[in-house]
Parts: sequence; structure tokens; C-alpha cells
Amino acid sequence: MLGIGNILWADEGFGVRAVEAFHKAYEVPANVTVLDGGTQGLYLVQFINEHDRLIVFDAIDYGLVPGTMKVVEDDEVPKFTGAKKVSLHQTGFQEVLSAADLMGQYPERLTLIGCQPLDLENWGGPLTAPVKTVIPAAVDTAVRTLRDWGVAVAVRPEGAVVPPLLENDIDVENYECRAYRPR
Amino acid sequence: MTIGTPTVDTLENSGKRIVVDPVTRIEGHMRIEVNVDENNIIRNAVSTGTMWRGIEVILKNRDPRDAWAFTERICGVCTGTHALTSVRAVENALGITIPENANSIRNLMQLALLVHDHVVHFYHLHALDWVDVISSLSADPKATSALAQSVSDWPLSSPGYFKDVQARLRKFIESGQPGPFKNGYWGNASYKLPPEANLMVLTHYLEALDFQKEIVKIHSIFGGKNPHPNWLVGGVPCPINVDGTGGAGAINMERLNMVASVIDQLIEFNDKVYIPDIMAIGAFYKDWLYGGGLSGKNVLAYGDVPEHANDYSEANLKLPRGAIINGNLAEVHPVDHADPEQIQEFVTHSWYRYPDETKGLHPWDGVTEPHYELGPNAKGSKTNIEQLDENAKYSWIKAPRWRGHAMEVGPLARWVLGYAQNKAEFKEPVDKVLKDLGLPLSALFSTFGRTAARALESTWAGHQMRHFQNKLIASVRTGDSYTANVDKWKPETWPRMVKGVGFTEAPRGALAHWIKIKEGRIDNYQCVVPTTWNGSPRDPAGNIGAFEAALLDMPMSDPAQPLEILRTIHSFDPCLACSTHIMSPDGQERTRVQIR
Repeated sequence: MLGIGNILWADEGFGVRAVEAFHKAYEVPANVTVLDGGTQGLYLVQFINEHDRLIVFDAIDYGLVPGTMKVVEDDEVPKFTGAKKVSLHQTGFQEVLSAADLMGQYPERLTLIGCQPLDLENWGGPLTAPVKTVIPAAVDTAVRTLRDWGVAVAVRPEGAVVPPLLENDIDVENYECRAYRPR
Repeated sequence: MTIGTPTVDTLENSGKRIVVDPVTRIEGHMRIEVNVDENNIIRNAVSTGTMWRGIEVILKNRDPRDAWAFTERICGVCTGTHALTSVRAVENALGITIPENANSIRNLMQLALLVHDHVVHFYHLHALDWVDVISSLSADPKATSALAQSVSDWPLSSPGYFKDVQARLRKFIESGQPGPFKNGYWGNASYKLPPEANLMVLTHYLEALDFQKEIVKIHSIFGGKNPHPNWLVGGVPCPINVDGTGGAGAINMERLNMVASVIDQLIEFNDKVYIPDIMAIGAFYKDWLYGGGLSGKNVLAYGDVPEHANDYSEANLKLPRGAIINGNLAEVHPVDHADPEQIQEFVTHSWYRYPDETKGLHPWDGVTEPHYELGPNAKGSKTNIEQLDENAKYSWIKAPRWRGHAMEVGPLARWVLGYAQNKAEFKEPVDKVLKDLGLPLSALFSTFGRTAARALESTWAGHQMRHFQNKLIASVRTGDSYTANVDKWKPETWPRMVKGVGFTEAPRGALAHWIKIKEGRIDNYQCVVPTTWNGSPRDPAGNIGAFEAALLDMPMSDPAQPLEILRTIHSFDPCLACSTHIMSPDGQERTRVQIR
């Protein structure tokens, strides 16, 4: 389970924030990796190769109303990751899938949980309200997908101490409490 | 010997204008416009882009000890280098020293990043500017095997192996989803390799894709995780417990042995795959030595890889430090990051506003106030620029200058400096490459020279890694497991107001962060990144940037196919290398070219 995007660039951070929220709320078995991929692009190919199935959270420009969640699966995914380029990392991610394909390691199942961004240009900005609102539904979709695939996903017990996915002031709460709001 | 550097006075923009715009929107991306004369030779070049805007506002009032985690997110390829630069800036400001073990571990992480970046850059972002994918399909596997075995004793070289790879490539290319091989300028007259050399390098493209994952294991071991390894002001976050069995991320002998094994593998890959491929390319591109730009004239490096902890003087840094101007290799000038007269950023041609734009600002006093406007001769609109007006503001990149000079930074700059300083570990490999290819020293100052310097540096870095690995092991064997100095961890121990600077040599060139800390919080933070130096626009004196200079006087085989432009720009490993192959709305990966 991979979240990609740049947390410093407003709604570009959707994918990373979604995977962060998932990690905070759910436990997964050892054969599932929950990864904050940031904008690593091609450097993520080994993670694709090492796993059979892939769920990706990402901000995607589908030309829809901002804050609309759209889920696409399997063969449809490459079309959408390349449909409209909204940021630097997306080229990278389509290349990651191509590279995995070239290496004969393309995921056997693939689900892209995307969200239509509102603002991709506010450096230092937080997620916008419509995009932030989508995160619970995006996490639920991921949980359903995992369960459909037969993965035992469990809600973390109340009060559980969870090692954070992002630390050093860039976790969502600390990042956003002092995020830049220019307008 | 003094060589004039190119200024706007030497440019000629009367010919056809070619716009290479990899993007539909200007923000966040890179665009090149050139004018070619009647022989399709580039006579004016304009580079514009942004990968940079506003880290200053993001970091204001944050905890300086966390700044590395933010700077690591600026871009996807220089993560660890930004983090290292950031912790050095904070340590410099607060007078924090780090233990020797931390210095060795940081060097290992920085050098691993450098090798990883160089290998991935060459094979996956740059090789297809030299290698014709379609041509490789007509290679004879037997002849390819003979070629490979004549240049290296790398074991993966049998005719059967190349035959299998070729079949895989054919299947992939003919699949209708050829990914990275889609829409190349295959068949362009500027591709010079025979089919067998194309197949050999392309085979190594696939091998490098698999091999690169080994290199980053070093980041997982010392940084706790990858991507986004952890860093620490005052040292490194990994404890050493040499007798331990591997609990909780501590460095033990098993993990140190794993690092040693990765180092052995990357040295072998450099020696037997990367360098021979570069030499094969060099042999066939001997007559294509364009793209030198500023590299033989003005080069700058800050130096990096300190032998001993806490000493950032030129003598203690294993990567060269200094500045050469006007092509005078006999004189290497000292560089001082704290001197307000040396490094300054100008915005006359950048989309920012200064109170007085005839003057540059030192980064400690840097101002980042966006001001987007097009010049009177620009064509199109603010949201859809058809043609830039380079006499006005035209880029989101500021124009950093060293004592008023536009400078090239990066592997070639470092190697030119090492060569000029007569350092054997830089001079001898350069002389050997030139001798083996039968080329004069002037050939170094070229697109190929930039690409070759990167390969030489990858090899150099592998051996430095072995050195620091041995040093680390020797140290822990004496019982020294000290990796972090936390004496000044608490903000109560800090002065009320301080400033500092941290620098590194990022894979793509000189990188520095300037920080001001006030009452325990960040008051100002300015980064000048390598692609700001290389991709800078013009300045008030008319000096043009390194990308622009490198494109001048270069002929294009076909102005509708900007292969030579991409080859030369990619040779700098710009931060935006990945964005120069782009998606059009129908999902086709391609660069839009307009001839006006």
C-alpha cells in the first residue's frame, strides 16, 4: 500500500496523507507493506517488484469536481496515472509501472485510489478542505480492497501506541498547525 | 589564458525559434527555447523553470532540528543530500560538533546516494539520449557478445543472454505499452552507436534497474528506513551495538558486513559495466563534442566528504572545493559561503521582486517574493506562454552568481577543479579516458565530458565508501560506539540569535542552505540548489546560465526533434530530468516541440 505525492505542495500531499491515515487507524499482517513513497518515482520500483498486489493513493487530475474520489483498477490504472500530468512525480510513477513491467514484475492486481485536487501550487500549504474530507472514504476503500483480496485488516485498538509513518514535525497534525496559508 | 564567457551580446536571435516545452503549464517544470540559424545551429538559448519556490515560508518558525525532514521532501531525487545539508547548517549555526563515527556514516550515506543517483541518472534518465532503442533490435547477439567481452569481463555477456534480452525488449516495444521507450527520436542522425553497442547498453539499462535497489540498502541500514531515511542534528540516529544481534535498528557486525558487500558490488558494477559503457559511447561520439558551455570557463564546487569530522576546510574535503573563472585552470579561487560579496542571487530575469534588482542578495539576507509577469515581447498569455521574452523576467529560477560570474556546478565542475588542483585521483582517471579515446583535454568540456565525469565520480565514490567503511569498522572495534552529540540538543542551551550555513556536493552539484535561528525557531532559511546554478536565467550584467551556454553553437540534425538539446540538458542531471519526458493528454509520453 503506497501513498505518493509531495506533502509540501498542498493537495499534492493527498496520497501520503491518505496512507498516513490508514497506518494510524489499521493494522496489517506482515505480508503487507505500508509505504510513504513521497516523490521517489523510479526509486520505488523494487517495492513494486517485491509485492504481488498494489494499492496506490494519489492526487489525480481527472477533470472532476475538486474533492471527488475516483477508484480505478488493474488495466485502467496506467491510463489514469498518465491521463493528465499534474506534478513531477506522476511521470515517475508511470515510469515505475513501466519499469516493473519491463522487469516482468508488474503487479497482478492494482488499485488506484485517486482524488481530484483543488490546489497544487500552494508551496507549504496544507491539503485543501475538499481533499482532506475525502481521506476517510479513501481509507475505507483501501480497507475494503484489502479485505476483498483476503487480507486480514484490523482496526487498531483504542489507545494503541502506533509508530508514526511520518515524524519530525511533518506528520499531518504538526505540519498543518503551522502550514502556510497565503490567501 | 582568459576565455570570455558568453553574454547576451554574443547571442543571435534572428533565426527560427524552437520551443521545447515538456509541459502544459509553466509552473513547476522546465522549458527551453532556442533560436537556430539557417544551418540549424543554436545561436540563442533560453532556459526557464521552477523546482523551487517558498521553502523559506514553509520553514519559518519551525524547529531547526526538524528542518532536514522538510528539506528532504523538496524533491524526489536529492532527499538525503538536502537532509545532510540542513543538519550541517544547524550545526554550523549552533557550534555543534559531531563524532567521528557519525562523520564516517554520513559520508557512507552521502556517497551511496551519489553512486545511486549517478547510476540511475545515466542508465534511466540519460542513456536513451545516446542509445537508439529501435536500432538495438537489429543487433546480432553474437557480435554484441563479442563487443561486450572485448570491453569488460562482466560475466553476463554470452550470445544467448543478449539474444534473450533482445527478445524481451522486442516483446515490450511491440506490446503497445512500451513505457520509457515510447516516442523517442529513434533513427535520428545524431544517434551514433552501432546496433550491437545499443543492445549492450540497453541490456545494462535493465541490469541497473535491478541493481540500484542494492545500493539504497545502505540508507536503510544507517538511516533506519528507505525511502526517507532518518537524520539527526549532532550526529546520526543509528546506535552502534557491535556485539548485538540486530535488534531495534542498531548497527552490528552483520549489518556492517552487509554494507561491505554492497560496496564490493557497486565497485564491480562501476568498473565492469558503467565505465565500459561510457567508453563505448565515447568511442562512437568522438566527433560530437558539443555542449561544453561554461564547463571549461567558470566552474564552482563547495567540496564535500570530510576525512575527519567537523573540519570543512579545503584540505580536509575529499571532493574538490574552489572556483575557476575565465578558463584559467592555473588559478583556483577560495570560496567562502559567509562572505556577502561572493555568492549572491539576482532576480532581474526571475519571477521575484527585490527592492533594488540591480543588486544581488547574499542568501542570509535572501528575499523570496514571487512576482509573475511576462515581458512586452512575450507571446501568448500568462497561463499559456507561447514564447518567452528573455529580455524581461522569464524564469522561476533565481540567478546565483559567484563574484558576479555565472558558474557551472556538478560532477564535471568537481572533476575540472580536481584536475586543475593536480589531485592524482581526479587527474589520472581523466587523462586515461582521454588517452584511451585519443582525445585532447578540450574534449572534457562537453556534454560527453559531463556524462563521463559522472561515471568516473561513481567509481571514485565506491572506493571512498570502502575507505570510510573500513574506518568505521576500525573505530567500533576499538570500542568507540559514539554516534551522536546531544550536548546542545535543548534549545535552552542555544544563543538567542545565530546564523549558519551548511553545504554538500549533491550528485548534481554544489548545494548550500543558509539558516538564521531566533529564540529557538527558524527565522530565515534559504537554499541555493545545483539546478539553480546550472539552470539560472540571465543576470543584470547579461551573463547567461550554464544550461543556456551549453546549448550555444550546437547543431541540430532536425529542429523538429530536440534530441541534442535533451542530451545536453540531461547531461547536467537537472533536478527536473524526469519531467523532460512528459505525458500529453492522451497518455502519450512526449515532448511538445514548436517551431516558430
